[in-house]
Amino acid sequence: MEIVQVNGLRKAYRGRPVVDGVSFGVEEGEIFGILGPNGAGKTTTVECVEGLRTADSGTVRVAGLDPVADHEKVTRLLGAQLQESELQPKLTVREALELYSSFYERPADWRPLAERLGLVPKLGDRFAKLSGGQKQRLFIALALIGNPRVVVLDELTAGLDPRARRDTWQLIEEVRDSGVTVLLVTHFMEEAQRLCDRIAVIDKGRVAALDTPAGLIGRSAASTVISFTPSGPLDERELAALPQAASVATTDGRIVVHGTDETVTAAISLLARLGITARQLRVFETSLDDAFLDLTEERL
Amino acid sequence: MTTAAPVPVPGTAPAPARVPAWAAVLRTEARLFSREPGSLFWILLFPTLLMTILGLIPSFREASDDIGGRRVIDLYVPVAVLLAVIMAGLQAMPPVLAGYRERGILRRMSTTPVRPSVLLSAQLALHGVAALASAVLALAVGRVAFGVALPGQPAGYVLAMVLTTASALALGATVCAVSRNQKVATAVGSVIFFPSMFTSGVWLPVQTMPGTLQRIVEFTPLSAASQALDRAAAGSWPAWTDLGVTGLWAVLLTAAAVRWFRWE
Repeated sequence: MEIVQVNGLRKAYRGRPVVDGVSFGVEEGEIFGILGPNGAGKTTTVECVEGLRTADSGTVRVAGLDPVADHEKVTRLLGAQLQESELQPKLTVREALELYSSFYERPADWRPLAERLGLVPKLGDRFAKLSGGQKQRLFIALALIGNPRVVVLDELTAGLDPRARRDTWQLIEEVRDSGVTVLLVTHFMEEAQRLCDRIAVIDKGRVAALDTPAGLIGRSAASTVISFTPSGPLDERELAALPQAASVATTDGRIVVHGTDETVTAAISLLARLGITARQLRVFETSLDDAFLDLTEERL
Repeated sequence: MTTAAPVPVPGTAPAPARVPAWAAVLRTEARLFSREPGSLFWILLFPTLLMTILGLIPSFREASDDIGGRRVIDLYVPVAVLLAVIMAGLQAMPPVLAGYRERGILRRMSTTPVRPSVLLSAQLALHGVAALASAVLALAVGRVAFGVALPGQPAGYVLAMVLTTASALALGATVCAVSRNQKVATAVGSVIFFPSMFTSGVWLPVQTMPGTLQRIVEFTPLSAASQALDRAAAGSWPAWTDLGVTGLWAVLLTAAAVRWFRWE
């Protein structure tokens, strides 16, 4: 069942279209990623899902409800972690958890939530004194405190160090495993690839692609990369002529060929024929990074 | 972070003693208010402190023919009362409200079942209570330390005081509504702060101003308020025009603040 449905969503600011016909559906229980370059319209899209903005046209439904017209009902089902949204600087962690608990009829017990998020030693600390990672964990706690069915996490790991980021990723997986649907906004490829069941790539206000991470990578024309250092002289043009080879590049004597599995097989037989040994031969799938660059063209 | 405990499963909350959300917001904001020594000092203590310092000057405690046989200290109790109201409404409150907007605190609340207007109302209420408490303190110290008579028409005084506080808070809320950010709100608040002191007669009694100026000043929110308070202090019921002008300002400014308030 699709718990979030977005159909033909459009939103313009001062005549400039920011979201220009976005459609997607989020299945209950999945981690759905919205990936795109800065300014692609990701945040505006989820703000319409949260009911913070009214769409110019198109429809948005959360569990069948209109987030603007049925705002209060939607806030009971949907928890949100917003970009650039803080708390009162002198509010303590405990006070924030107690306060936000009081907003819901049947809140989650904040104590185990704080324990799981490693906030217990910080309960008496004021918001302004928390580190970036601690603030983010508190925001996750506040997004979950109303026992939502969906959480929207917008650029959750922006500004976190790699370790805190990995901890947060694990946390998001646990949130999903507890039955909460996650709508994750990110411009961070590794994060989307690691966490998301499906990803909508948004560029210039439109959905450029919607697929699983593996599916997005497979769409890329050159999804396999072979790299090696040849033992003898080798003409780049011979490699470029291989079936489905998309690009060949030589850096410091090391050759990198982008292509498909077929290119790899052909390259190996070519080297065998020429009697050249491929030293430090590596074959790997391109990352979502490359697929993303393909899909969003020369945006970055 | 530990890895042992799972994220709680929905619906596992114990049934806590439910506090209404507005009460929880009010309690939390009251705690936060108590952590702002600056605001507490300027609203609660400064007006009475200023009055006390002036009252310690011996000549200010002697009747003077220049001001109709009254003592300077007699004039400074109402000044302290107005100062408390203006401090709360124009100096202390606008930066708080603008800061809540700028930090995205109002937006975060918009994603919960509780409207962010509850948070703004709590702030208005707390600043109003602080202003009234400060006024009571000024009247009490004036009475006890300097023998300044308490308001002769208590009911009229309370009514005038409530309207005065309401219009000062509404003015502060309007400042915040039209200011783009916290810095602007603080600046605009201060810019209005000084004329408000002038029009409410803090520096120069309105009665002694030249005719035209006096008539203009009488229609500013805090001038009418100050007239109403004066009359009630002197023992008669405040003029309905003064009460009306003050009340009207409160209503108009509140409507303006609600109409133009930017939530982000």
